[in-house]
Amino acid sequence: MTTPTQLAEQLSTTTLLRFATAGSVDDGKSTLVGRLLHDSKSVLTDQLEAVEHASRNRGQEAPDLALLTDGLRAEREQGITIDVAYRYFATPRRRFILADTPGHVQYTRNMVTGASTAELAVVLVDARNGVVEQTRRHAAVAALLRVPHVVLAVNKMDLVDYAEPVFAAIAEEFTAYAASLGVPEITAIPISALAGDNVVEPSAHMDWYGGPTVLEHLETVPVSHDLTACHARFPVQYVIRPQTAEHPDYRGYAGQIAAGVFRVGEPVTVLPSGRTTTIAGIDLLGAGVDVAWAPQSVTVRLADDIDVSRGDLIAPADDAPAVTQDVEATVCHVADQPLTVGQRVLLKHTTRTVKAIVKDIPSRLTLDDLSQHPAPGQLVANDIGRVVVRTAEPLALDAYADSRRTGSFLLIDPADGTTLSAGMAGASFAAVAQAEAPADDDAEWDF
Amino acid sequence: MTTVATVSEGTGNPYALSHLDSLESEAVHIFREVAGEFERPVILFSGGKDSILMLHLALKAFAPAPVPFSLLHVDTGHNFPEVLAYRDRTVAEHGLRLHVASVQEYIDAGKLRERPDGTRNPLQTVPLTEAIQQHRFDAVFGGGRRDEEKARAKERVFSLRDEFSQWDPRRQRPELWQLYNGRHAAGEHVRVFPISNWTELDVWQYIAREGIELPEIYFAHEREVFNRSGMWLTAGDWGGPKEHERTETRQVRYRTVGDMSCTGAVDSDATTLDAVITEIAASRLTERGATRADDKMSEAAMEDRKREGYF
Repeated sequence: MTTPTQLAEQLSTTTLLRFATAGSVDDGKSTLVGRLLHDSKSVLTDQLEAVEHASRNRGQEAPDLALLTDGLRAEREQGITIDVAYRYFATPRRRFILADTPGHVQYTRNMVTGASTAELAVVLVDARNGVVEQTRRHAAVAALLRVPHVVLAVNKMDLVDYAEPVFAAIAEEFTAYAASLGVPEITAIPISALAGDNVVEPSAHMDWYGGPTVLEHLETVPVSHDLTACHARFPVQYVIRPQTAEHPDYRGYAGQIAAGVFRVGEPVTVLPSGRTTTIAGIDLLGAGVDVAWAPQSVTVRLADDIDVSRGDLIAPADDAPAVTQDVEATVCHVADQPLTVGQRVLLKHTTRTVKAIVKDIPSRLTLDDLSQHPAPGQLVANDIGRVVVRTAEPLALDAYADSRRTGSFLLIDPADGTTLSAGMAGASFAAVAQAEAPADDDAEWDF
Repeated sequence: MTTVATVSEGTGNPYALSHLDSLESEAVHIFREVAGEFERPVILFSGGKDSILMLHLALKAFAPAPVPFSLLHVDTGHNFPEVLAYRDRTVAEHGLRLHVASVQEYIDAGKLRERPDGTRNPLQTVPLTEAIQQHRFDAVFGGGRRDEEKARAKERVFSLRDEFSQWDPRRQRPELWQLYNGRHAAGEHVRVFPISNWTELDVWQYIAREGIELPEIYFAHEREVFNRSGMWLTAGDWGGPKEHERTETRQVRYRTVGDMSCTGAVDSDATTLDAVITEIAASRLTERGATRADDKMSEAAMEDRKREGYF
């Protein structure tokens, strides 16, 4: 038993895991989320009372845990999840931000939204149905978004007599498929969200399973990669120039380190100008440090007085990305209005927003079988496709496969500001997936 | 080669950030994005712990330069005197500019009518939205957190509001990676929530870690209160207690700071930050469930107010 004081002490040193759930309507996703929150004692009395009250008003006997996450009037009226909701819970070992993504019609853009910031995705499968089309879509989106860890939760094991062969067959099929897409780490767990098997508490019905429960896995999965291996990238957000009596000459470049590590004294190049200098100092929110790393927000001072402004990128002199005005990328189209060849858009990459034009849409991807449909002419909501974009100014763009942060961008409608598409720069996802040998354990997965 | 399996907390990965450092870094990034992209941002500042936390983060984000934003307080006229004193002290200490939008002035001018239940929280919407229009603020920082309430759980970090400050939850922009889209037309503005991902416990732990001073009402003290609908309200000129309500002296503290007519105190003997954190870690009630009457008006009370322009 943990006392409140111990809990408070532990919480101050824990790390944060951001994860997303994916599952279609009847896979029991809401039940799993409700079970995680409820069994980890993260649902407080007044929230549970509100759910019980609302459930009773609706004539339901048992509290409907989906009401914990369906926060909008329209969602409760229609009994569906419309939008991504973020939930927060904690155990003594870790704090969690859960992007609870709807499994409904608009699945792709919602899952892309949730997965874009997730370090782990939980894909739910109904044990009776096994790997279905929707499962393959979820695996493909997780692979496309480069989510570092994927959990396959084989749910409703209670409805297949907790039979090991059922689980083993599904796990094997999913793992082979996801590995062929390049998903680096897959953990399969047999569960019953309804009965509570292997969600928070180990199951009494599945002696044959020796792995962790869902919560144990969430608590222990590593959240930080070895950042020294990443290409260091620092997008300049804002120039800090106090011009006060106390700091007459201070000129600092504020930003959040997107990837890798920076050290005082290191030679760096500023892009797109290509000017080279060294790091004279790093201030970590008011205190000087010798070294800083992603995702710390810092202020960098440079040895030479060169022209640097918002939108520039600082990178190690010997490891700077190439700059380009021709962007090839995979995009997920998230807006209701289509994206067409010849359309003028804005492209937001790190802290830089530039004018751009859609030169070509070479193909649209079918997530079910990863086949490419050539020259679709346009992309509509939830489509994933290849695009070629020409920008008005050069960008220091990495491949998304190398850096989630400096390889991602938005396409924005200049007329009304609508976010049109989520872009991932670099080679075709499907081509890479087909070319790669399955289950390449040593694949590099920096982000 | 980098494999995820080679790095784990057990081996003491030197690059792992604590959850508070992660949240701090994210919030600072959001403040700086707004400073880089907007013309006239403002921080909503009530003197409550969330807005105090936001100001602290903004001070760190731009150090050693001053915070490049002014503050806006929507004064309900039923504020705790300790909180107003704190507000004015803080503004003076950091050389900030404070705008005040006054609910009382709107009532006195006949532009707003007092509600029968006496609560003034919903009345804040009109002075707030008019102040935004009048000063042409294009980005408005709020201390809303997604863990507070189920409608807020659906709120984006950057939330576009139309010229009437309305929130349309079904037409929100998807928010991808850390790429916040702040595009807006003239007359529209963006509400920005840098501490969306913080929980109440995170806020308190961070306040303790950073040694941030708070108004005294957050700590246990003796106070004249009376019970209304199960909540301990502070007696005062704002209109309580009514004839049938009896005041008594209790040792209490506040978990949130809002209008005195709808913000309840909780029984507590927590006089220090550590004691408050211990108390919250053990509490089985959310802060809003424990102390906010306005959220109990209906199942969608917060969503409805947010649609109208509330923060």
